[in-house]
Amino acid sequence: MHEIRNYTLNFGPQHPAAHGVLRLVLEMDGEVVERADPHIGLLHRGTEKLAESKPYNQTIGYMDRLDYVSTMVNEHGYVLAIEKLLGVEVPERAQYIRVMFDEITRILNHLMWLGAHGLDVGAMSMFLYCFREREDLMDCYEAVSGARLHATYYRPGGVSRDLPDTMPQYEESRWRSKANASKLNEARDGSMLDFIEDFCNRFPALVDEYETLLTDNRIWKQRTVGIGIVSPERALQLGFTGAMLRGSGVEWDLRKKQPYEVYDRMNFDIPVGTNGDCYDRYLVRMEEMRQSNSIIQQCITWLRDNPGPVLTEDHKVAPPRRGEMKGDMEALIHHFKLFTEGFCLPPGEAYAAVEHPKGEFGCYLISDGANKPYRLKVRAPGFAHMAAMDEMARGHMLSDVVAIIGTQDIVFGEVDR
Amino acid sequence: MSQHLTSLVDRLTAKFPGNDTIKVSVDLVEIHIAPEELLSAATLLRDDPELAFVQLSDLCGVDYATYGEAEWSTETNSQASFSRAVDSKSIGRLSFGSGMSLPETSRPRFASVMHLLSLDHNVRLRVVCSANDDELPVVPSVTNIWACADWYERESFDLFGILYDGHNDLRRILTDYGFTGHPFRKDFPLIGNVEMRYDPVKGRVVYEPVTIEPRVLVPRVIRDDSRYISGDSPESDNA
Repeated sequence: MHEIRNYTLNFGPQHPAAHGVLRLVLEMDGEVVERADPHIGLLHRGTEKLAESKPYNQTIGYMDRLDYVSTMVNEHGYVLAIEKLLGVEVPERAQYIRVMFDEITRILNHLMWLGAHGLDVGAMSMFLYCFREREDLMDCYEAVSGARLHATYYRPGGVSRDLPDTMPQYEESRWRSKANASKLNEARDGSMLDFIEDFCNRFPALVDEYETLLTDNRIWKQRTVGIGIVSPERALQLGFTGAMLRGSGVEWDLRKKQPYEVYDRMNFDIPVGTNGDCYDRYLVRMEEMRQSNSIIQQCITWLRDNPGPVLTEDHKVAPPRRGEMKGDMEALIHHFKLFTEGFCLPPGEAYAAVEHPKGEFGCYLISDGANKPYRLKVRAPGFAHMAAMDEMARGHMLSDVVAIIGTQDIVFGEVDR
Repeated sequence: MSQHLTSLVDRLTAKFPGNDTIKVSVDLVEIHIAPEELLSAATLLRDDPELAFVQLSDLCGVDYATYGEAEWSTETNSQASFSRAVDSKSIGRLSFGSGMSLPETSRPRFASVMHLLSLDHNVRLRVVCSANDDELPVVPSVTNIWACADWYERESFDLFGILYDGHNDLRRILTDYGFTGHPFRKDFPLIGNVEMRYDPVKGRVVYEPVTIEPRVLVPRVIRDDSRYISGDSPESDNA
């Protein structure tokens, strides 16, 4: 008779399903997880400490690098905290642009999650389908900010520039025939809004396509139904937010409950799960993509009819236009002071929370009146979700751990900061 | 919104008689609670149906050691215009081994700040708990009241060295295995103390003192902006 004993398994940090740099120490009883101890911090860059040594505007770019698959919403939380302390007015058009890009980002994030979650659980083709659509949305990022991922587009007082009239075009090359290029360019002849509108018209059918592959798929259901169940009471105790909380049946969405920007003018629904398992969270996120699509369409309609400024005219906070600087001494001084010293915030503390695709993204900003934050704390939704790993994985099989990591939608940029 | 907040202030004042720190700070209500009373107060905040702060959104440490310290005084017109910006001391300029003398203040140095959320009343609350001792900051752990405080307290311990009394598993969480010091303290250099590389001779990773030079491109300046002195919003002055 052999003696049976538990053994410890190191999952990651180089396991492809560890979503980056998670080191998970699992205490196993055969195939069953007895205890999970996530070791995080392998991607800790000290973003909050770096922010303390930089003027406010220079930290916007660091926010992109927190959750690097939904960059613009991170920026949104940060600039909202600054705007709260500063009391600066954001032009209406900028608010609509922010809402539109928040929702584009939500779709981007959920597509990334769906692709990776599918891939982890064995639905190989999901990854390819999702990345096909991500490409279009990242082109929107590129058109508006010049960068496909790390946009640095939001500014305190608005957004850095207005929506462009043209979209980047595909070019003929050795790898892409002229016919192919012009086919890809069909939707890109008009303005950026035309391009997004075209995308929004196509997208619901594409979500149907993903659902055909997964929703009734027997293997997908076997891997997700009844896995990682969290009760609503427990979800609140564990600090869950976003789809993780709604999957457990708690109807809580900051866009509805504590609306910021123009979300109170938008017409959309909050999907809620019932069982709190991986499959419900999957359904919630799929529906969120459809709702985001509808919000984007509402924004497009408004943005078409209402041109206007997109950045505040308060030049203590936002730079004056280049043309003004040519002839106006005051504008030149403002520009110089803004880019050499930045702006000072009044002393005080503010907490700004936005509904990030992953949950509640909060920025706690302490200012002592200087041109740099005294302390910036980023409340990353993934941090609380990761902390619940032990509770969610306990008693499940090793392969279910992969499904749980997938359903948590973990990105280590924000967990480790 | 503001009505929302004042009603919360009223409810809190009724529940915490004798606590004169309850106030509205920018957009949410703030309350200071002493470490000795934190556990009973937190239980009340969570369980009382008029408060019902069932969720702990965030918990973090704060080091108030250099609060209000600027590198570049704007009070007087200095003759030494350039050097006044580069000679000063701050975290960004600290290099390996050089200590920093912190200014004397009567204010407690470390605080543990919680952000609570009440879903029933749709309102947030900030709870500030300052540690009594600057040398050995100890604050009670709220892990038994909000389960998610576990990792937040580990993070705060790791980065600030705040000890959470009653926490079961107060290990480091974000920094490296075997890390020394608490990196988010105001006297910890921004560039860090050690750097690591793979040593092919020894066949392992070795730690060495940092070689990068500390530098600060923009000095820290506090401007007494007239727009903020009276607490008026900037718009009223621009008009």
